[in-house]
Amino acid sequence: MNKTVNHKAWFLVLPVLVLVAFNAFIPLMTVVNYSVQETFGDNTFFWAGLIWFEDVLHSERFHAALVRQLTFTFTILAIEVPLGVIIALAMPRRGFWVPVCLVTMALPLLIPWNVVGAIWNIFALPDIGLLGQMLNGLGFDYNFTRQPGAAWATLIAMDVWHWTSLVVLLAYAGLVSIPDAFYQAAKIDGASAWAIFRHIQLPKMKRVLTIAVLLRFMDSFNIYTEPFVLTGGGPGNSTTLLSIDLVKVALGQFDLGPAAAMSLIYFLIILALSWIFYTLMMRDEEQ
Amino acid sequence: MAKITLAELRHAYEPNPGSEADWALKSLDVIWDDGGAYALLGPSGCGKTTLLNIVSGLLRPTQGRVLFDDRDVTDLPPDQRHIAQVFQFPVIYDTMTVHDNLAFPLRNRGVDEARVKARVREIADMLELTDMLGRRARGLTADGKQKISLGRGLVREDVNIVMFDEPLTVIDPHLKWQLRSKLKELHHRVGLTMVYVTHDQTEALTFADKVMVMNEGQTVQIGTPVDLFECPQHTFVGHFIGSPGMNVLPCALDGGRAVVDGHAVPIANPMEAAEGRLEVGVRPEFIAFADPASSEGVPVEVIKVSDAGRYRVVDTRLNGHVIKVLAGEDVAIPADGARLAFDPAKTRLYADGWLVGQGGAA
Repeated sequence: MNKTVNHKAWFLVLPVLVLVAFNAFIPLMTVVNYSVQETFGDNTFFWAGLIWFEDVLHSERFHAALVRQLTFTFTILAIEVPLGVIIALAMPRRGFWVPVCLVTMALPLLIPWNVVGAIWNIFALPDIGLLGQMLNGLGFDYNFTRQPGAAWATLIAMDVWHWTSLVVLLAYAGLVSIPDAFYQAAKIDGASAWAIFRHIQLPKMKRVLTIAVLLRFMDSFNIYTEPFVLTGGGPGNSTTLLSIDLVKVALGQFDLGPAAAMSLIYFLIILALSWIFYTLMMRDEEQ
Repeated sequence: MAKITLAELRHAYEPNPGSEADWALKSLDVIWDDGGAYALLGPSGCGKTTLLNIVSGLLRPTQGRVLFDDRDVTDLPPDQRHIAQVFQFPVIYDTMTVHDNLAFPLRNRGVDEARVKARVREIADMLELTDMLGRRARGLTADGKQKISLGRGLVREDVNIVMFDEPLTVIDPHLKWQLRSKLKELHHRVGLTMVYVTHDQTEALTFADKVMVMNEGQTVQIGTPVDLFECPQHTFVGHFIGSPGMNVLPCALDGGRAVVDGHAVPIANPMEAAEGRLEVGVRPEFIAFADPASSEGVPVEVIKVSDAGRYRVVDTRLNGHVIKVLAGEDVAIPADGARLAFDPAKTRLYADGWLVGQGGAA
């Protein structure tokens, strides 16, 4: 076979490149630009070198937000992934209930993020919310607007409620793609339910679960809207995650340089962690 | 090892079978002898796989019993029946090595590790998998994976029956033959009862001592490959086995002879009278061209000659019915006024599809 070499084809890709340049590359470069300069307003800028990066990396405020962010992300991953797999395993594989379950599962995913925040805010209010009143009625002292612990619990419950469905749907897709013969062979081989899960279901779900973990990791590390609506980062700074802190620095204090440096560090952390995740989970595939 | 008895089996997938068409299996009585090699042959949807799944315990029959020797196992789950089954698509445990795959059924049953090692080695030797024992099972070719599936069945020492459900479907053609011979060889070596499900007649006839032909949920004939070829009990068997299949021509009876389109045809099972739709069946192999000058045989028109290598397939026409004839390379095919002579010992009368009387027994 002879390949026709025709570089004119690149012109067809050009519009996409221009589009990507305008909506991703150029904005990112302006951030890079801000991160190495200082301004005193008036649209005049001075070269600042890496001072903002040093500031951010040594800032206790940034460290605290990063620790909160990591705590949040790993907590919701530790809950949502196993829970999603368990729900997917419990769902019917065929029959009338399949579409009912799928649609029910998809519902939380269809709700706009700020609405999810608002729903949970009202739901959890200690004086008028269904959840808040019930908990207090049962004798628990629950007030997420005043207690950091309660705020965290509510935040995590909200995320689990909103996003476990994503893991369920992906895991379910992996499960239904397993041919019946595998279960039949396992029955004949005398495999226990645990052995079936460990040696058939889990390996077959591995790829979709990798995607689920990556998506949930990136999304939860970026999360802004829901905690902003639910707690606004409070009480105090107790639920101020990285993105909330970033917005406070950039738009609240209008410290463009530090905010830009923080954005870039934030971006690099997500990139690095995603890469590590992916490499670890796909390592076996190479063999 | 065991003799398998299927007594009055009936199975329907719907909970309340109404019409006869709802039954995937319609009354089946079969005995598979200990150590026999059997093939289940039939078109897709004839109930072969249903039957297999009932024997392995994956399905519980709506009616009837399954006996292993004299033990009723109808209600036993698959893992307690000590059976092995190889599926159409290779089932392997991806994440395990070949060795662990083979060891899996033994480890699940708590066999001690020294014994597991010895058994796995033995089976791997038998299946020529020894070199691959340490490798991940995932990277193997389709035929390697099928061997592992088979090995997982054979590794247990208490296996009653090994069942194959169209195991060569995904195997490359040139490897099919190899694997088939391997199975045949294995059968001689281990002496287990083996049942092989297929819709490919070559596979069935080469593997099995006895072939059970099924159609629409019932057994049509059980016999040796020679029986099926020379003396089909039903026109379906005649048609399904052989290439090209048996010629089936509508006929009438007249004084013990069959009359096809006004021409008397001598038959092996003469009858004074018979009920139902009457047909004569004769294989293309058992028809010869008669002397065109004589008045013997049935006059036909030759419409097509296809060369199949060592022989030719001649399509002839008798008043709207096509009759296929196999002719050797040296046989002259008359262009005009051809007459066909049917071998009287191999031409039989069928009523409503079934062989009439016992006259046809080979």
